Amino acid sequence: MIIKREEIEKLATLSRISIDEKTITDVTERLSSVLDLVDQLKTANTDSVQGISRPFQVSQRLREDKVTESNQRDKFQAIAPATDNGLFTVPKMID
Amino acid sequence: MHNYTIAELVKGLQSKQFSSVELTQHFLARISQFNDQYNAVITVTADQALQAAQLADQRLAMGSAPALCGVPLLHKDIFCTKGVRTSCGSKMLDNFIPPYNATVVENFEQAGVVMLGKTNMDEFAMGSSNETSFYGPVKNPWATDCVPGGSSGGSAAAVAGRLAPGATATDTGGSIRQPAALCGISGLKPTYGRVSRWGMIAFASSLDQAGPMARTAEDCALLLNCMASFDDKDSTCVDRDVPDYSASLNKSVKGLRIGVPKEYFSEGLHPGTEAAVKKALADLEAQGAELVEISLPNSDLSVPAYYVIAPAEASANLSRFDGVKYGYRCENPKDLQDMYCRTRSEGFGEEVQRRILIGTYCLSAGYYDAYYGKAQQVRKLIEQDFVNAFNDVDLIVGPTCPSPAFKFGSKGDDPVAMYLEDIYTIATNLAGLPGMSVPCGMVEGKPVGLQIIGNYFDEARMLNLAHQFQQVTDWHTQAPEGIS
Repeated sequence: MIIKREEIEKLATLSRISIDEKTITDVTERLSSVLDLVDQLKTANTDSVQGISRPFQVSQRLREDKVTESNQRDKFQAIAPATDNGLFTVPKMID
Repeated sequence: MHNYTIAELVKGLQSKQFSSVELTQHFLARISQFNDQYNAVITVTADQALQAAQLADQRLAMGSAPALCGVPLLHKDIFCTKGVRTSCGSKMLDNFIPPYNATVVENFEQAGVVMLGKTNMDEFAMGSSNETSFYGPVKNPWATDCVPGGSSGGSAAAVAGRLAPGATATDTGGSIRQPAALCGISGLKPTYGRVSRWGMIAFASSLDQAGPMARTAEDCALLLNCMASFDDKDSTCVDRDVPDYSASLNKSVKGLRIGVPKEYFSEGLHPGTEAAVKKALADLEAQGAELVEISLPNSDLSVPAYYVIAPAEASANLSRFDGVKYGYRCENPKDLQDMYCRTRSEGFGEEVQRRILIGTYCLSAGYYDAYYGKAQQVRKLIEQDFVNAFNDVDLIVGPTCPSPAFKFGSKGDDPVAMYLEDIYTIATNLAGLPGMSVPCGMVEGKPVGLQIIGNYFDEARMLNLAHQFQQVTDWHTQAPEGIS
């Protein structure tokens, strides 16, 4: 299956990944190769098969609604790229 | 000391034949001497290890230490280790020092196990050759121009090269079993939910499972005894008693019904690998096991289903790496979008980016049903194949991978050639079953792995068969050239 260049550009936007002009052809080619592989799924007869998203397909276990973690903000902020007065900071979003 | 198994080290420590400090110093010296050849270890925690060894010696002296107290181990760099860099083989986490331990790490720490350091791996566990690591490829101790397999290639090479007697690893599509096979060691992927995934950096959450690597099945049992536990912090961890995996190792395998899937012996299997696996099957038969030909008819769909499901889950899991709270952030972002995009393009390697793009494609509007929905249905068919097979047999045995270790770069630019390396291992992840690999022969001077697949939570029976196989064969005792 050949994936179009415009589709790759859209995927890159959705994935928040920049793909530069030099590599886009290679990326397109290799992604097409993988999609050829996964297209084999079309040969499977899955009529009336209920798909599964995880082994055992058991319902999610719930836990008691109580606080179990202590506040470790300082430790987590110590490994952050940028913080200010207890907040994580990012480039300005709104003028 | 580096040729002792973990079982032998436990005896030596408990009988005071050597101390944990002596043992730890010995393995740290080996890492220092040989790691340049293998690139298997990316962080060495020498000071911390020696401190832990001193504490272990004190516990041993008191006479009430847990079984593994004082044994040195390496952890795959996917497990969060408090105060020690946890990179997941990626530039994205090159500067990440977690403030907490993964449950697996915590279990070993509580047991007095000494962490020697962290092992190299394919970036975010995405790879079958260890060539995708930000820290460079790991070399196979049996042939340093060949790959060790992946993604747990660092752990496998370290154990094969006697840099540690055992190591932790993880398996999403074969990442414990394939490198174990290629490096001539034993490795076990437990049933999904048997071992906590808490603090283990997520790749594909419905497939990832941690397990042990060591030279023998007996050692894998000892390590699994410590790794397996119920953990409330992992909502997919199964609340079920953990048996003593060492207790049933010596049972006879007479009368065990072993399924041999015909699909695992078809086109693409290296003739030398096939011969070694068939000889191993004959050895098991000679021990009294009964071989039964079975069919897993949807086997050929496991790789295509995996390469929808795993990238789909990865694309969601890896969205957390955005340069905001931890890890890499690009220099001088001009705005928020630029920060996200450049952080992720500069921080992730090519294979990781490819899988994020594939996952995003399969989950995007208009393609979800055709890819992700279809793959989930095929996953059910694959699971049902195993359920049907286990109605008739106790275990399933076949090759771990299609060929022995291959040369660096030999899979070319086509990612699919690499993906097919996991053709025999992926189905068990999709079904959530346990699987292991043990050495069963040599081809062109490189090891061959025998894969043993068990029913759900039947790790003890797999280990029993593997241990009994290792009582009548010596493949697991062989060492790469230059190791004495």
